[in-house]
Amino acid sequence: MAPDSADASASAGDGDGELVSLYQAQKKIYPRSVSGLFSKWRWGFVFLTQIIFYGLPWLEWGQRQAVLFDLGVRRFYIFGLVLYPQDFIYLTGILVISALSLFLFTAVAGRQWCGYACPQTVYTEIFLWIERKIEGDRSARMRLDAAPMSLEKFLRKASKQAAWIALALWTGFTFVGYFTPIRELTGLFANWVMGPWETFWIFFYAFATYGNAGFMREQVCKYMCPYARFQSAMFDKDTLIVSYDASRGEPRGPRSKKADPTVLGLGACVDCTLCVQVCPTGIDIRKGLQYECISCAACIDVCDTVMDKVGYPRGLIRYSTQHAMTEKWSRSEVIRHMIRPRVLVYLAILTTVVAAMMVSLSMRIPFKVDVVRDRGTLARIVSGGKIENVYRLQLMNASESPQRYRISATGLPGLVIASDNEFAVEATQARWVVVNLQLPYDGAAAGSHTIHFDIESLDSPGKLSEKSIFIVPR
Amino acid sequence: MSDFTSNFWSFYVGGITFVSILACALLLWFSGKAKAMTATDNTTGHVWDGDLREMNNPLPRWWVWLFVITIVFALGYLAMYPGAGSFKGELGWSSIGQYDKEVATGNKELEPLYAKFDGMTTEQLAADPKAMAIGERLFMNNCAQCHGSDARGSKGFPNLTDKDWLGGSTPDIIKNTILKGRTGNMPPMAAAVGGAEDVSAVANYVLSLSNGPHDPVKASLGKTKFVVCAACHGPDGKGNPTVGAPNLTDDIWLHGWGEAAIVAMINNGKVNPMPPQGDKLTTSQVNVLTAYVWGLSNKPGAPAK
Repeated sequence: MAPDSADASASAGDGDGELVSLYQAQKKIYPRSVSGLFSKWRWGFVFLTQIIFYGLPWLEWGQRQAVLFDLGVRRFYIFGLVLYPQDFIYLTGILVISALSLFLFTAVAGRQWCGYACPQTVYTEIFLWIERKIEGDRSARMRLDAAPMSLEKFLRKASKQAAWIALALWTGFTFVGYFTPIRELTGLFANWVMGPWETFWIFFYAFATYGNAGFMREQVCKYMCPYARFQSAMFDKDTLIVSYDASRGEPRGPRSKKADPTVLGLGACVDCTLCVQVCPTGIDIRKGLQYECISCAACIDVCDTVMDKVGYPRGLIRYSTQHAMTEKWSRSEVIRHMIRPRVLVYLAILTTVVAAMMVSLSMRIPFKVDVVRDRGTLARIVSGGKIENVYRLQLMNASESPQRYRISATGLPGLVIASDNEFAVEATQARWVVVNLQLPYDGAAAGSHTIHFDIESLDSPGKLSEKSIFIVPR
Repeated sequence: MSDFTSNFWSFYVGGITFVSILACALLLWFSGKAKAMTATDNTTGHVWDGDLREMNNPLPRWWVWLFVITIVFALGYLAMYPGAGSFKGELGWSSIGQYDKEVATGNKELEPLYAKFDGMTTEQLAADPKAMAIGERLFMNNCAQCHGSDARGSKGFPNLTDKDWLGGSTPDIIKNTILKGRTGNMPPMAAAVGGAEDVSAVANYVLSLSNGPHDPVKASLGKTKFVVCAACHGPDGKGNPTVGAPNLTDDIWLHGWGEAAIVAMINNGKVNPMPPQGDKLTTSQVNVLTAYVWGLSNKPGAPAK
């Protein structure tokens, strides 16, 4: 299994290699601005996701913030819903749904998430827009970077950094606004009296946004994102990918607009290299599918404008499948091949999980009960020879109004509650109560018996049953 | 800090730590300098199994800085915090210190909550639903483990809801018990009482005090022997709170009922301590807890339900 150097030099073809460093220097990419159908879609998603992200914490719901994750008291408010840490299963559900959606989209149309909705893409797009407004488009930025430092260069660079930092801080502030009421946070921020965690997270999230969207950009996708590396597991030959139609484009070359390419022996590609210039990850799509491609379709948009200019049909670069390229399928055939076992299986599982989650949420009872048997005393005999067990019940009110609960116990003949059995719990609060159960002497054999506490809400519909154990001493 | 017999282990652990960090730094240095042969088709030239070739996909150079940051962080951390052998670090941090600080911070946060209770008497506190809700939680966290969630105790752990108080029932005494604990101490009395028959007779007499099932003949014999018990339990057996001697005439049996249990108690005695809670609770908390416990047998109004 050891590398065979003699064999290697033979099969490496040219044989003459070169000595290179173990590390690769980062080449700065200057993506050229692009407009077109897919660019419009991307900006649509930028606005959609960011209006939600920046706007949601400002929404009010009754007397409180509509979406608030209060880590301090461990209550999570999502519009009308009050969730306890015990409801964590819903977060699991959301994560499962997200993962399955990702699988489904990827199987059908490749890395749609990466190209249109991923925060890395979205914030890079916004930061690039700022950069373009201040420093100009690709060639202007390259010139500016190559130029020696001057007052103008300094001012442009400084104002770009200022705008980036302001936006990054706003993003960090908004993020923390999901955990600390944002209106309260505004006051704290203005007077600079935030808590240590709020300060840390505002600056940490701002720094991450600034660094990732301003500097790391495609490096995140290429070296840090695991999804880029395991996507191939979800691709097949019927997956829509950004494809260069080599059979139509090659041989590429510049030509006069009036010349007939067939006479010159040329394909449709005029080798303008615009597809390379607009690429945010700096690849040449004409080399075929590469793992760096985030499916953003900037090259499709720009190639279409070039094709329009030279009067060739659009779609030299287009969303297509590997099968469609080799088999020369029509558009309808490509769409027909979207329906295949892999897609149907993802779709079926996704639908099931979504349905299960909706049903579970709609049937959710807005209170919970934990039963804890007293550990110090297993059982005791009280006056009248009755056997008594002591329990602590935690009544958790997951509604936003005070509630009264009535407790009853079943499971053994003659089992009665010898303490209070009605308790009031304030809105969104939890309360521990003590419940004594008594059983007549000889009411059951010695040992442990399964019993149930039935808890009923008196102010709103809902009934729960919790299992426990009643111990009869020997 | 105990380092066994010498500080060898301190140097051993610290040495390994610093040698490892140095080795990482050297590895980074050499890998930064190293060059590798790459074929023109961007493979490393390595071939396995005839046609399996390794592509050259180098790490980005900025990645190296992440390693540099970890080295700088490690050195900074070891200077500030305990880690290098038994060196305590410049900040003098310790987990116990942090715990104490957090407890102090927590207590400070609670101060305003208790402020309005501080001037109130036990009776007033026991009638205050808010104070009792807090008292209930304090009881659940600190007392319920032994006395039960409903405070009715079990064998060996007194019931706090009845009127029978071993050490006295005033709020001051309850507070003192919470702060300093209390030890019930019954010495083995068999030798002072006499032989096994005498012990049995005394046990029957004790049972007769609360009209429990007993042998009247033995009980009348035992009455004379009870003199040695009367020193603590009183001539009438009604107990003495100042020494914590229980009343034997009521029908409350903390350590078991019946002749066998009483004989065992006379023969072996019993030391039954309640540990002090003063160092776990603030003065304000003890006041509220006292009122809660006092209120269990002195229902002043509706407790918080």
